[in-house]
Amino acid sequence: MAQLNLKPSDFEPIEYSETEAEKIAGESTSFWKDAWRRFRKNKLALFGVVIIILLGIMSFIGGPISGYNYYSNDLINANQPPSADHWFGTDQLGRDIFARTWYGAKISLFIGLAAAFLDLIIGVFWGATAGFFGGKIDEYMMRIADVLYGVPYLLVVILLMVVMPQGLWTMILAMTVTGWINMARIVRGQVMQLRNEEYVMAAQSLGAGKGRLLFKHLIPNTMGPILVTLTLTIPNAIFTEAFLSYLGLGVPAPLASWGTMSDAALPYLQYQPYQLFFPSFFIVLTMLAFNVMGDGLRDALDPKERN
Amino acid sequence: MAKYLLKRLGFIVISLFFIVTITFLLMQAAPGGPFTSERQLPPEIEAQLNEQYGLDDPIYTQYFDYLKDVVTWDFGPSFKYPGQSVNEIINRSVPYSLILGAEAIFIALSVGVFLGVIAAMKHNKFGDYSAMVIAVLGISVPNFIMAAALQYVFAMQLGALPVARFDSFAHTIMPAVALATTPLAFIARLMRSSMLEVLSSDFIKTAKSKGLSSRIVTYKHALRNAIMPVVSYLGPLVVAILTGSFVIEKIFAIPGLGNEFVESITNRDYTVIMGTTVFFSALLLVSILIVDLIYGLIDPRIKVAGKGGSK
Repeated sequence: MAQLNLKPSDFEPIEYSETEAEKIAGESTSFWKDAWRRFRKNKLALFGVVIIILLGIMSFIGGPISGYNYYSNDLINANQPPSADHWFGTDQLGRDIFARTWYGAKISLFIGLAAAFLDLIIGVFWGATAGFFGGKIDEYMMRIADVLYGVPYLLVVILLMVVMPQGLWTMILAMTVTGWINMARIVRGQVMQLRNEEYVMAAQSLGAGKGRLLFKHLIPNTMGPILVTLTLTIPNAIFTEAFLSYLGLGVPAPLASWGTMSDAALPYLQYQPYQLFFPSFFIVLTMLAFNVMGDGLRDALDPKERN
Repeated sequence: MAKYLLKRLGFIVISLFFIVTITFLLMQAAPGGPFTSERQLPPEIEAQLNEQYGLDDPIYTQYFDYLKDVVTWDFGPSFKYPGQSVNEIINRSVPYSLILGAEAIFIALSVGVFLGVIAAMKHNKFGDYSAMVIAVLGISVPNFIMAAALQYVFAMQLGALPVARFDSFAHTIMPAVALATTPLAFIARLMRSSMLEVLSSDFIKTAKSKGLSSRIVTYKHALRNAIMPVVSYLGPLVVAILTGSFVIEKIFAIPGLGNEFVESITNRDYTVIMGTTVFFSALLLVSILIVDLIYGLIDPRIKVAGKGGSK
């Protein structure tokens, strides 16, 4: 609690006049401004944002500044520990790990963002429709979601990856097949709650159509929970990508992702631990950054939940 | 109660039916037959193999045969290892996974609850911050990275624990800890916020003002009420341990069911994939039912049977 500097003069009654009563003391603030003010105070969450921005920048310039590319083999210089030439060392085939790490950052971040984005589109559409119309439509839509939700997420993704040809987009699609359900549930709950609010009734009685109600009044007001869920979906997708790579279902070579790099390095852990260290470190750092940012967002957008 | 149980069991049967059907269709859609990855077989032999395994029947016959087999808990032969049935593989590997899973659940629950209670008791003090740092790290460190880190530090550098395999209790420590990491962190966070909520409620104030010691208030009054969200997390906990076992058993070379599942995927051994998937799903559905029943038992305010509450 900040120290209050109170002077005796603060306790004297202020002058009263008619016009004074109508004056608003502070500048009016919007919900988002308020949330941003709270978010800014959260050092950990800001740290997460900075890390994410840095990772994003490095994923584009990291490869070029190393002077190497991610796919060229150089067998004479294989298994070099980190040095001035190869900042993170080289792997079994002499490929520069620094260049591969940042190329992998691009792939891992892309998978995370793309999966989260698809989840967002499907989940918001599904949840908002079910919550808005209610009744039978809601029951059927959510029953379908429940059945899909009952099967473990990773099991579904693994089975789909077995059936579909390996590739970046297949992986993203496999993650989306059941990934959207969480978002749909959250949006549905919010929309159902907001639907009975008076401002919605007011808009309705002013003649607003269903589409307008949904997109202008209901969905914008569920943005907070949507944003938080979205931020927490991204580390989950990055985790899933690495998990699949460990099972040999990752992106095909020579594409590098953090998951495939760690998987390839695991058998040589005893003699070349740095080959595993760098990709693993960045997986952890990225997940940590998104997690603390998500927590910070939740606290900032919904201060009631905070303790 | 009996009616509720019957309803739930019915739901489990229906879910399993869907899962069997969907996995069957998925495996049918998978590219290549079970024998295509081998060296090119003479067509006569391939035809004979197909006939022996019933693969030349029309799909619907195969489907109904498979359904019939599943009902009698018979998952058929393995395609990759002739002479072994899927049932044999499951029976052989499940004990390893069960031991490992039980150990991981024990670690996750005990350490997670402990950390959460510490954090809530020392709210906004050093204990709270350190427990929550552990929790955030635990959520951000994937189990396979934890496994590799443990292997490197404790087995390769310190030589304190065996690197892999599954022969003694010492072998189980690292895989169980790695499996428990993420759920442990979730439980700690759940426990902390639930404990904070309970500690600020009126009956705690009453207990304190009666002059009870803070130890009794914490353990007899607060903990018992605060533990409920953790109990409802048991379902997801089982899921996390089960899916985690896929990579952990592979990294530590443990001959459990998770490892068999991964192996069957690498080998495209379709009957084993289907059998283990159905087994996993049945296991999960039953354990979630058990969790729900426990939930009703320990908190009498919750009527598992729904409305009416005639127990």
